Amino acid sequence: MQSVKRLPKQEKSTIKTVRNIVIFALVFAIIIWSFTGIPFTGIKEQAGKITASIFNGLIHPDLDYVWRGDGEDLISNLVATIAMAFLGTSISAIISVPFAFWAARSKYKHRFTSATGKIVLTFIRTFPEIVLALMFIKAVGPGAFAGVMAMGVHSIGMLAKLFSEAIENLDGGTDEAVIASGGSKLNVMMFSTFPQVLPEFVSNTLYRFELSIRAATTLGLVGAGGIGTPLVFALSTRAWSRVGIILIGIIVMVTLVDFVSGSIRKRLV
Amino acid sequence: MEQLPKKPLNLNKWIVTVVMILGFIYSVMITQLDFTQLFANLGDFTEILVKMCSPDWGYLDKITNPLLETIKMSILGTLIGSVIAFPYALLVSQNIVKNKIVTGVFRFILNIIRTIPNLLLGAIFVAIIGIGAVTGVFALAVFTFGMVSKLFYEAIETIDEGPIEALTAVGASKMQIIRYGVLPQVMSYYISYVLYAFEINVRSSTILGYIGAGGIGLFLERSLSMYRYDRVGLIVLVTFIVILVIDEISNRSREALTK
Repeated sequence: MQSVKRLPKQEKSTIKTVRNIVIFALVFAIIIWSFTGIPFTGIKEQAGKITASIFNGLIHPDLDYVWRGDGEDLISNLVATIAMAFLGTSISAIISVPFAFWAARSKYKHRFTSATGKIVLTFIRTFPEIVLALMFIKAVGPGAFAGVMAMGVHSIGMLAKLFSEAIENLDGGTDEAVIASGGSKLNVMMFSTFPQVLPEFVSNTLYRFELSIRAATTLGLVGAGGIGTPLVFALSTRAWSRVGIILIGIIVMVTLVDFVSGSIRKRLV
Repeated sequence: MEQLPKKPLNLNKWIVTVVMILGFIYSVMITQLDFTQLFANLGDFTEILVKMCSPDWGYLDKITNPLLETIKMSILGTLIGSVIAFPYALLVSQNIVKNKIVTGVFRFILNIIRTIPNLLLGAIFVAIIGIGAVTGVFALAVFTFGMVSKLFYEAIETIDEGPIEALTAVGASKMQIIRYGVLPQVMSYYISYVLYAFEINVRSSTILGYIGAGGIGLFLERSLSMYRYDRVGLIVLVTFIVILVIDEISNRSREALTK
């Protein structure tokens, strides 16, 4: 029999091995800890049946619901959802611009200023959108308006962060060129900063719009307008074919919006 | 004085602008935006904010357990979702599975799953499984699966093909190619994506309870329905700190990985 030559063993430093073992043990312990206290036995007995009903609903959707012309059908609700996301994103895009200049690190201002701006934005980002929506519902009543405002405020957290990163990545050369030819600070903004960051801003806004569409579908769960409200209603009344058509509607809408917005973004950058 | 030459009229730009403005007006009409109403009721809004700014610290020991449950939910959701995502991503990568029909069909399923937002998944799972933390785990798992699969297969498709060719040349089996040619190149990406998904899951898990999917969100819902905004303030603040800490840990580990 022919003897097989083996490759030499890889040398491993002991420190690395020990470190890997420690990390592995730690992760393993955390996972074990996570399994404690989660009651995996609490699953409803008819879970399988309901899943089957939902899939059945997806295959036999309630097609009458698509268009009835009374403003309470699928198409009107989806259009309202898109309108909410559109308005929410527009509002937050406008408010985000000053926030972005606040949070952007630049050589013209103190580090402390941009640091506070970044903290404020992080806080806005983590403030739950649903809570915001409920607060606005208290102020203006249930409906799409509360949803628009919630999205408008919540999106600032992410949009202004992306905007500020775009500003930080600016090339300083054009600023200097405008100053060298005698431009004022306003001129620098108009002829150097904005033309450079605008494509990036638009692209970021479109990306946020894609996310807001998804958010807009969920805000209806708390009564802030959009397609979520009829979905919750259909789920609680076990109208599975209605659930099916709404889910199909959401999937088609999100896919279409992603596609359109994605192709515009590709052309921009 | 000499002027700069005028810019040519850009018709496309104008069309886009007009469409945007019309869309804006139409959207305002159907969502019944009424800012006078908002400003008239701004007092209520600020009152809630002010109440939230003085958190009820006595509530803290009531919410520590739900908070831990939320973290457990996100860990388990991330774990289950990413474990399933691992083979799935290999299955839909076109440089591993050469059959275009197989990758196409499975990608289509993946794309459909990815369009459904987290909270909707939660609402559907509440209807299927019932109220509780398990529901949240399932919703997060499905979301993680969609996200990690997508990012991971994109990473797999951009690997260097050299090692695969070399392994094919020496007669390695498909499994051996994956084990020695593909995985060493993408494992660090995979772990980094899992950590990233975990960060997102921690954020969304705090809300999932609101619709009955377990964790801190249930207490959020309770406090909100009882108009205890001081408690809401505390919950928001505490989740903020937890998210910050977990983001920091996860970010550090991701940086250490990519180094």
